[in-house]
Amino acid sequence: MIDRAQVLHVAKLARLALSDQEVERMSRELSAVLDHIEKLSELELAGVPPTSHVVDVVNALRSDEPRPSLPRDVALASAPEPLEQGFGVPSPGAS
Amino acid sequence: MSDGELRELTAAQAAERIRSGDLSAPELFEAYRARAAADADDLNAFTWVADDAPAAEAPSRETPLAGVPLAVKDLFCTEGVPSQSGSKILEGYRPPYTATAVAKLAQAGTTLLGKTNQDEFAMGSSNENSAFGPVRNPWDRERVPGGSSGGSAAAVAAGLAPWALGTDTGGSIRQPASLCGIVGLKPTYGAISRYGMIAFASSLDQAGAFTRDVTDAALLLRHMVGQDPCDSTSLAYPGEIELPQGVDLRGLRLGVPEELTGEGIESGVREAFNATLALAEQLGASIEPCNLPHAPHALSAYYLIAPAEASANLARFDGVRYGLRVDADDLLGMYTQTREAGFGPEVKRRIMLGTYALSSGYYDAYYGRAQQVRTKVADDFRAAFERFDLLVTPTSPSVAFRLGEKVGDPLAMYLSDVCTVPMSLAGIPAISIPNGLSDGLPTGFQLCGPAFSENRLLGAAYVLEQALGFDGSAARA
Repeated sequence: MIDRAQVLHVAKLARLALSDQEVERMSRELSAVLDHIEKLSELELAGVPPTSHVVDVVNALRSDEPRPSLPRDVALASAPEPLEQGFGVPSPGAS
Repeated sequence: MSDGELRELTAAQAAERIRSGDLSAPELFEAYRARAAADADDLNAFTWVADDAPAAEAPSRETPLAGVPLAVKDLFCTEGVPSQSGSKILEGYRPPYTATAVAKLAQAGTTLLGKTNQDEFAMGSSNENSAFGPVRNPWDRERVPGGSSGGSAAAVAAGLAPWALGTDTGGSIRQPASLCGIVGLKPTYGAISRYGMIAFASSLDQAGAFTRDVTDAALLLRHMVGQDPCDSTSLAYPGEIELPQGVDLRGLRLGVPEELTGEGIESGVREAFNATLALAEQLGASIEPCNLPHAPHALSAYYLIAPAEASANLARFDGVRYGLRVDADDLLGMYTQTREAGFGPEVKRRIMLGTYALSSGYYDAYYGRAQQVRTKVADDFRAAFERFDLLVTPTSPSVAFRLGEKVGDPLAMYLSDVCTVPMSLAGIPAISIPNGLSDGLPTGFQLCGPAFSENRLLGAAYVLEQALGFDGSAARA
């Protein structure tokens, strides 16, 4: 069961400003999904290594050489507030 | 040929005619373009349709795919062409580059017909989670096409595109292919570059093909595989993808996992599945039951791993570099309000679930445990493939459900993926082929094999397809 306080805590971590209605719904829906997932705790998994990735590749590195990249104006073209040399954002303020 | 007759050709047939000079590529393109742009079929399958064919670098007759038009799921970045992954948060985004899979196909001669509708960020099994509205199933417009690649599936089934690209994270190609009565192929993880695919769950996402027949799937796959310096998880494909040619299944050992063929499969789907097993036996295959003991837990593991990865991947949508921004007095307010306004309910749900599963105090119990289950699921497949060449299951436990039927019950929606998720966790290739109708709606037959067994998989699927003789023309009426 995920209560309201937990939903608000997770929403803060996830940078989501949920409405009151969404908080209530999220608590109900996430609880139902987590109840189902709870079955995983029945499995005996001691000593089983985790799989984060199925491909057998370790440290796929490339040589560290300069390559052409997107021109600055192209990279900035999709931004809501492009500045001459970067992305414009509101002040971090007091938060 | 009339436009309708042109649209009855498979992609391979159309390419052959263009190369031999019997058909012009622009004529074929216009037949599809006009049909797709008008949406006279009322499917909402496309989010964008080309105005005209892009200028080809080489004359189409000299390329292997000869200018045959291609529909592409919205989440593939296409330079200068809208690419929103079905989300409001990427409103107006036109990427400055093209995804490798799309670029390779263009090099092989395909022309970009349009971008297809999808569940937002590929999260969904019904295509009802799209900022562009739901897609309808061409077999019954009151029903869903499946998801998340619902637009690609509906477009190919309805004859609005000869073939289409999709992506599959937990079943997003195979399930909609099944519900729309077409072929859907999810290749081995790493076989196709993920560069330029707007990410959902990076350790699971894989590009693949929607086609009318197995030959077209092989043809499209052939030109997409290969290592890409822009995706460090991509791999060189061992050998070449062959066009399937077999006539029987003699010597092929098929395993039927009991955990994915019993409880929870709709009776009509199960009957069609069993009939095809009998057919495979007649064609010379040996059929034996087998077990994937951890498959019943795959769905739970998936619904922790995929949301966890998604919550990290979707952190980049913050109103700074592209897409939507909601103005606020300070930076944190801009982030939280942009994300609140830009993401739909299912995406928020998964971000929340994933953030929770990764948060301090819960990580080991949820995410860590899910990764251990993933190991067990992959081990189960490895053990089964010591005895069997391929495993077979129904693709989706049900036929297409009604629009709205599962929207209010996320868990019921997630259960749509029960037969497709285990292969995704193991990173192995799987294909769904049309397996006849149940109450007038398509069912799917899924085959899966070990990593990089695509030729074996396509070969068996082809023989079954020829023997089944499924007629999908009703959906193209």
